[in-house]
Parts: sequence; C-alpha cells; structure tokens
Amino acid sequence: MINFSFQKPTSITDAVTALSKSEDGLFLAGGQTLIPVLKQRLAMPCDIIDLGDINDLKGIVAKKHSVLIGATTTHSEVEASPVVREHIPALAELAGHIGDPHVRNLGTLGGSLANNDPSADYPAAVLGLGATIHTNQRSISSDEFFVGLFQTALDPGEMIVRVEFPIPEKSGYAKFPNPASRYAIVGVFVSSFSGSVRVSVTGAESCVFRQVSFEEALAEHFAIDALTDFAVPSDRFNSDLHASAEYRAQLVRVMACRAIIMIDEEKKQ
Amino acid sequence: MTRVSLEVNGKKTSIDIPDNTLLSTFLREHLNLKGTHIGCDTSQCGACVVIVNGKTVKSCTMLALQAAGSRVETVESLCDDGKLHPMQRAFHEYHALQCGFCTPGMLMTAVALAKKGKEIDELSVRTELEGNLCRCTGYQNIVAAILAGAKKMRTQT
Ligand SMILES: Cc1cc2nc3c(=O)[nH]c(=O)nc-3n(C[C@H](O)[C@H](O)[C@H](O)COP(=O)(O)OP(=O)(O)OC[C@H]3O[C@@H](n4cnc5c(N)ncnc54)[C@H](O)[C@@H]3O)c2cc1C
Ligand code: FES
Ligand code: FES
Repeated sequence: MINFSFQKPTSITDAVTALSKSEDGLFLAGGQTLIPVLKQRLAMPCDIIDLGDINDLKGIVAKKHSVLIGATTTHSEVEASPVVREHIPALAELAGHIGDPHVRNLGTLGGSLANNDPSADYPAAVLGLGATIHTNQRSISSDEFFVGLFQTALDPGEMIVRVEFPIPEKSGYAKFPNPASRYAIVGVFVSSFSGSVRVSVTGAESCVFRQVSFEEALAEHFAIDALTDFAVPSDRFNSDLHASAEYRAQLVRVMACRAIIMIDEEKKQ
Repeated sequence: MTRVSLEVNGKKTSIDIPDNTLLSTFLREHLNLKGTHIGCDTSQCGACVVIVNGKTVKSCTMLALQAAGSRVETVESLCDDGKLHPMQRAFHEYHALQCGFCTPGMLMTAVALAKKGKEIDELSVRTELEGNLCRCTGYQNIVAAILAGAKKMRTQT
C-alpha cells in the first residue's frame, strides 16, 4: 500500500480546507472503490481525508416532493430506510442489489456518484429521477452532472453533500448484473412524473445516458408494448468479454420492459 | 504514525500504526489475530470479513483508522473458552469446509446474519453469501450449516 497521511475532520468546512491545503489529497467515503484504487496505485495521494465523521453528510429526510439523502449514507442504509421504501421503493431496491452485503455496509451514495463508474447503479437512479446533486458550493442537475467515463461536473476539491431525489408517481429499475461483481452489464431506470417519463441507461456506454426515444414512447403509452418495435442503435455501446455492443442494445430494451413490469407488480401489491 | 484506539473482541486496544494500515493488516500483523484470512486482497472473496459495529465488512477494504472508536469482532471472538460457538459446531457437523480458507469470513457473515433475528431460509442465506467465495465446497453444506447454526443460536438465547 502506498503511503499517505490520514485525517478525519468532523465538519464539511474542515474537510474542504484540509483538501485545499493538500497538494493531491482525496476524500475517502466508503473506500469500496478508492481503497482498491490505492492498492493498484491508480491514484497516489499524499493525504486521505475521511468523511466518515461528518454528521452533516449523513441521513435521509423526506420533504413534500422529494427525498434528501446525505452523501455518506451507505447503500445498506438506503436499502433499509423506511422513508426511501415508502416514497421511492425502486431506489431502495437498487441500493439493495449493489455488489454484496459487505460492500453495501461501507459504500456510499456520494462515493458512487463522484466515481461515476460506467456500470454503476446509482447514476441510473439519479439521472432517471432527475435528481439534484447539492455540493458544498452549488446545486447540479443530474442532466449536467455525469460528463463522461469516470468524469463528473465536480470541480477539484468540490464535495457532494446530499442528493435530492424528486418523488415520482412510479419508478422501477432492472439490471442485468455481471455475475461476479454485480455491476450492471446493462441497467435501466424508468420513472414517471404526472405524464413526463424519464428513462436512463447505465452499463451500455462510457457514461450513463437518457434513452429519449423510450421516454417519448412511454409518455404516450406507459406499457411494455410501447417498446416492442424499438431497435436500439448499438454503435456507441461498450463491447467486452461480458457482452457485445449488440447484446447490450438488446438488453436496454429488455431491462426497460422489466423495469416497467416491476412497477406494474408493485402497484398490484 | 497515528494512534488508533478501538475495541477488538471485547478488549480495548490503543496502538500507533502507519496511517495506510488496512484493518486486515492491523488485525493480523499488529494484534497477531491470524484467524482473519486474506484471500484476494482485491475486495472480492470475503475471506477477510469481520464485524464492525454490528456490520460485516471486508477488512482488506477498510483502513484501520477508519475503524477508530469502533467495536470489531473477528472469528477469534466466537470460541468461548475452548467451547465452539453454535455456528462453528454447525460448520463442523455439516462438513461446511474443506481447505478452510474461506471459513472465517463465512462464519462472521453467518453469525451477523443470524443475529439480525429475522427468519432465514435457503434463499436469504445464499443472497447474503454473495460476497463470500468458496473454491472447495460448492456452498451446499455451508448453506445447510448456516441454517442449522442460526436455528441453534435462536434457541440458545
Ligand atoms: C466487490 C465490489 C462490488 C461492487 N459492485 C457494485 C455494483 O454492483 N454496483 C455499483 O454501483 N457499485 C458497485 N461497487 C462499488 C461500490 O458501490 C462503491 O461503494 C462506490 O462506487 C464508491 O463509494 P464509496 O463510498 O466506497 O467511495 P470511495 O471509494 O470512498 O470514493 C470513491 C471516489 O469518490 C470520491 N468521493 C467520495 N465521497 C465523495 C463526496 N462526498 N464528494 C466528492 N467526492 C467524493 C473519492 O475521493 C473517490 O475518488 C462494488 C464495489 C466492490 C468492491
Ligand atoms: S481478502 Fe478481502 S475480500 Fe478477499
Ligand atoms: S473451504 Fe476451501 S475455500 Fe471454502
């Protein structure tokens, strides 16, 4: 393991100051991405600033039209949260299928978004619900936040503080998981807000994106048969040992249909 | 170097460690608790699972300093004065190990699951074992042992 010095500030201001004083420091949240990255020497920061003791980054609160989730809230906490289960059950389900229980006990919402892995689950929910990312400096809409492969709109030293998820009328998420890691080979999040529909896709391209053709079709007719005739173009899609681009294109449609079926089943309960 | 103070298996510990020390290294090298195994060191296998504040974590993917102030339980905490824990006895009875390398992580995951106090069945055990790999047994006997061990734990408390 590389050498670094470790700090555990207790306020957002102290953490941001510590990072600004460091030449190449990094925030540490759950460490479920960053610690493997440090072991592989893909990053070699002199300073690690642990966000684990900052109370202002924790917790889940419901407002009238949205649910606010603190950046260091773990995947397990979101999975188990009665507030999330009541207002956005698809988000709790999504969190409960990230990796494995041990990863979920440490990994956090903020860490997942800052990392913006092309196969990660949370970016699909954030983009698919049109959430807002509140940082220590400003608020960023989900449409602007995810910029490219492992790239976000965050400036150097900027910290995700909490994420505001609008409460949809209905939403669902389905992923075809990589059997080893559980990352999404393709994952599709579908949500509906009084007639307007959002559909986001993770795992297929270098960065999460909106499938606008599905959104338009579903806005007219919110049912799986609205998607039957759609061929999804695969030219920009990833192709690797897990799945070809064409297979991923097929999965985008199938996962969108499964997400809608989940919504229908939930309504019946 | 930074001083880390935490509780391991009921004992308060406070020692100076290099800042980059992993929890797994801290337990094995600094406290000489070699029960926690390092299978992959790449966050995949779960051999290194320990319980921190009641939650299972991969100790190879956590810094010891992140666990400062926590209560840590390792596989060494299960045996009570030479008497096997009900979950350990179930692993023995059901032949839930061959080489034994994955066993410490399996046991800690199983004990944490049983302590949640929820009814468990084969499916919930298999789901909970998502992060624990075994290259020997084929899982069948591990699942059977966990179901039996959890039942024993319930009747004993
Ligand atoms: C075995 C395994 C399986 C996994 N499977 C999945 C899966 O199926 N789906 C999935 O989506 N993910 C998966 N993950 C990744 C997991 O969800 C990580 O927890 C997550 O990607 C990173 O969150 P973290 O809290 O651990 O962040 P860290 O690893 O601590 O940090 C990641 C990056 O984000 C930065 N950062 C952290 N918090 C903030 C903040 N508040 N503001 C600004 N920057 C910040 C850090 O500086 C670092 O660069 C898996 C991981 C492992 C090890
Ligand atoms: S050694 Fe930690 S997960 Fe394999
Ligand atoms: S018993 Fe050998 S790896 Fe599980």
